Amino acid sequence: MIEQAPALIVIIPLLCAVLSPLVGRIGKNVGYVWVVLTLASSTIFAFITLKQVITHGVVHYRMGGWLPPWGIEYVIDHLNAMMLVLVSGAALLVALYSKRSVEQELPDKTVYFYTVFLLQVTGFLGIVITGDVFNLYVFLEVASLAGYALIAIGEKGAPLASFRYVVLGTVGACFYLLGVGYLYIVTGSLNMADLSNLLPALYGSKVVLVAFAFLLVGLALKMALFPLHVWLPDAYTKAPSTASALLAPLMTKVAIYVMLRIMFTVFKPYFSIEILPVTDIMLWVGIIAIFAGAIMALAQVDFKRMLCYIIVAEVGYMVGGVGVANAIAIKGTILHILNDVVMTLGLFAVAGILTYTMRQHDLSDFKAFFKKMPITMAAFVIVALAIIGVPPTCGFFSKWYLIQGAVMAGAWSYVVALLFSSLVNVILFFRIFEIGYEFHASHDAHGFDHEVSQVIQEAPLSMLIPTVIIAVLIIMIGLYNQPIIAGIIQHAVPKL
Amino acid sequence: MLEFIISKYNFWIYIILMMIGFYAMIAKTNLVKKIIGMNIFQTAIILFFVSTAYKSDATLPILLNSQGHGAGHHAAEQVIEVSQYINPLPHVLMLTAIVVMVATLGVALAIVIRVYRDYGTLNEDEIIKAIK
Repeated sequence: MIEQAPALIVIIPLLCAVLSPLVGRIGKNVGYVWVVLTLASSTIFAFITLKQVITHGVVHYRMGGWLPPWGIEYVIDHLNAMMLVLVSGAALLVALYSKRSVEQELPDKTVYFYTVFLLQVTGFLGIVITGDVFNLYVFLEVASLAGYALIAIGEKGAPLASFRYVVLGTVGACFYLLGVGYLYIVTGSLNMADLSNLLPALYGSKVVLVAFAFLLVGLALKMALFPLHVWLPDAYTKAPSTASALLAPLMTKVAIYVMLRIMFTVFKPYFSIEILPVTDIMLWVGIIAIFAGAIMALAQVDFKRMLCYIIVAEVGYMVGGVGVANAIAIKGTILHILNDVVMTLGLFAVAGILTYTMRQHDLSDFKAFFKKMPITMAAFVIVALAIIGVPPTCGFFSKWYLIQGAVMAGAWSYVVALLFSSLVNVILFFRIFEIGYEFHASHDAHGFDHEVSQVIQEAPLSMLIPTVIIAVLIIMIGLYNQPIIAGIIQHAVPKL
Repeated sequence: MLEFIISKYNFWIYIILMMIGFYAMIAKTNLVKKIIGMNIFQTAIILFFVSTAYKSDATLPILLNSQGHGAGHHAAEQVIEVSQYINPLPHVLMLTAIVVMVATLGVALAIVIRVYRDYGTLNEDEIIKAIK
């Protein structure tokens, strides 16, 4: 059983997704319990695999017993063991959180929503676990297709936003496939480890250079890197709250994981640093993404849309961190993937609670929230401080490593961009805190005396508990960042 | 120059098809035409993959001599020339990619139906006007 754990991580949600329309017929709550149990077992197997990786090193799992490079191989090293726990754990928290929100927003579609939800998680887990570039493409499309569907069932305007995402996402996936095809022409292999052995002899070849460019541009579309981010804000703003809580933290981060995999596993690190100096380009694209994301976030009046632009800036952090291209900055990038999943999850969880209580998600809807929902807002303050980067929350430590790496590499513009974006985040979130403290903003234009309710109306427990867990996780990751780095991330950093 | 174009004609065709698809995705205002463009774009990649498998004067990778149990021993002695058989792997990969394409097409068309229900039109300009 234990040696089958890597396969079970992916197979359990896949099979359970197929079965969930049947299970959902039994009763109203059965579907919800089914999803939670599925993801809980997936998370347990992910933890078992992580423990195996930490004690025994890299785990190889051969699908159906076929030897690589012919068969499909699952390879789990420290980087994707961490990602597996992250994806399955985040999905489990979202599933726990989803109950009331889905019942309110999609009353007659709960069963189908959960089916697609599980397929989405299957896609993410498959992308992360596989050691085969074509298999990765298939899972990328599974995740994207499920994502299109999840977004399209959102509020008014969601189908159009989803349509734009379909068009751009398909171009991204096709570019990735084309890159894989070019690599296959010159090497005849699709296995990542095999490619990594075969490619160095061919680094001069134009085909390999073109393949690398196609792979990176395709992934940049999927991760919403700045000039290619146009699909993201509309799609995640208009998606149902639960769907955006699942997609927003994971889709972009999983794409960044794939980028790291391609740059540092399939290709040797020196290829992207010396032979084809894409890291320099990535550094500048990252800086531009940070500035653009931060400035556009300032202009938003819709809370979820503001968060979307924060994600654009955060993607800039990570791409720029890879662009700095020294061990400390890449350590910071990997730690930031971990932190950013947790932080973005927290932000979108709060956005979901806002949507649940106010039926909309403008910044002004936060009025008197500190009185109405003290616990939710306490959690929100912690998440906001983490995004700003205040110690001891986790956001501080990854920014610290990113800045330290950038200073060592002399990439001062990146340091400026990071600090600028942190300051903008201070403005963004303290503006919301101010709105949240307006208890007696009575006399409005019509002269009505808005008696803001003085009673505490907390969010339902099923939404509140996951939000509080996320807030606690943020502080725990911050406090225990050293063991996490020494135990996992240190081994995931490529040897430059 | 002509020699160069003719010798790599499969690549030229796939790139031209891909650009036709790309043009339709960018320039057409009708959402269904955008989807058609998207499909042409994907089909071009399939043609590209399949054409890479081709070898001149090669046949399907089926070993005729190894039929039945008795012939197994005989077949093992025969030398199998790789150049006589086309590469089956790109075809197999493209079967998967076609499935992905069909799924994308289905999802995209379903979404377009939802868009039509919301705005009563499939013209992007009119939809943008309706939003404003």
